[in-house]
Amino acid sequence: MAERPLSPHVTVYRWGYTMTLSILHRITGIALFLALVGFIAWLTAAAMGPGAYARAMIIMDSLPAELLIALALLALCFHFCNGLRHLAWDMGWGFERAQARRSAVVVIVVSVLAAAAVLYLLLRAGAA
Amino acid sequence: MSLRTPLARVLNQGAARDGVHHWLVQRVTAVALAPLSVWLTLSLLRLPDRGYGAVTAWIGAGVHPVLLALTVGLAAWHAWLGIQVVVEDYVAQPALKAPLLLLSAFTNALLVASGVYAVLRIALRSLA
Repeated sequence: MAERPLSPHVTVYRWGYTMTLSILHRITGIALFLALVGFIAWLTAAAMGPGAYARAMIIMDSLPAELLIALALLALCFHFCNGLRHLAWDMGWGFERAQARRSAVVVIVVSVLAAAAVLYLLLRAGAA
Repeated sequence: MSLRTPLARVLNQGAARDGVHHWLVQRVTAVALAPLSVWLTLSLLRLPDRGYGAVTAWIGAGVHPVLLALTVGLAAWHAWLGIQVVVEDYVAQPALKAPLLLLSAFTNALLVASGVYAVLRIALRSLA
């Protein structure tokens, strides 16, 4: 029983960049769980009243928090795009190796562009 | 019709312990979260400012409390399922695996309860 093989035989295969996307989907998933904790903390501060909300916003407006928010946004865009790719696979679409490699490039490009666009709008709103 | 083999049913020893249900719920919550996450991101971007008044007015307005409660609940549900898969794949020792799975379940349940409570509190305050 103790020697049963465990599911992801990560070290067995030659590394391909589609595998990087696969592990990134898990890493960004965990990151988004942490972002959810932060988002609900922010909601709770708003529910507690103006004083608590003002104190929360002092933390939110610090540079480390802003960097974390930017990373969370990038994680959301990637997990969203790659999640759609997974759902397409679940329906049997795009499962050929060449298609999966092409969609991997699309996911990377679209998610970085989408995160950059949202960040740009966020910074512009913050500056105004 | 069940896709489980009679042997698997007798042994009750599938890797996920509960067959295809876990996989399916992960997809259903993903499909629901896709439009909700776009809505949440665009809504937060379109806030006139990030002050207490504007934020709580937006949270309490119209169908926003319902959509926010749905987003929080589905995100935590999706996170619980996703973290479970990651833990089961990478953590082999039962002494560590079980506490991690319990921690994830309790944390995500706490996130749903506090997120929904915060949204309700803000929404009902604006009615009073």
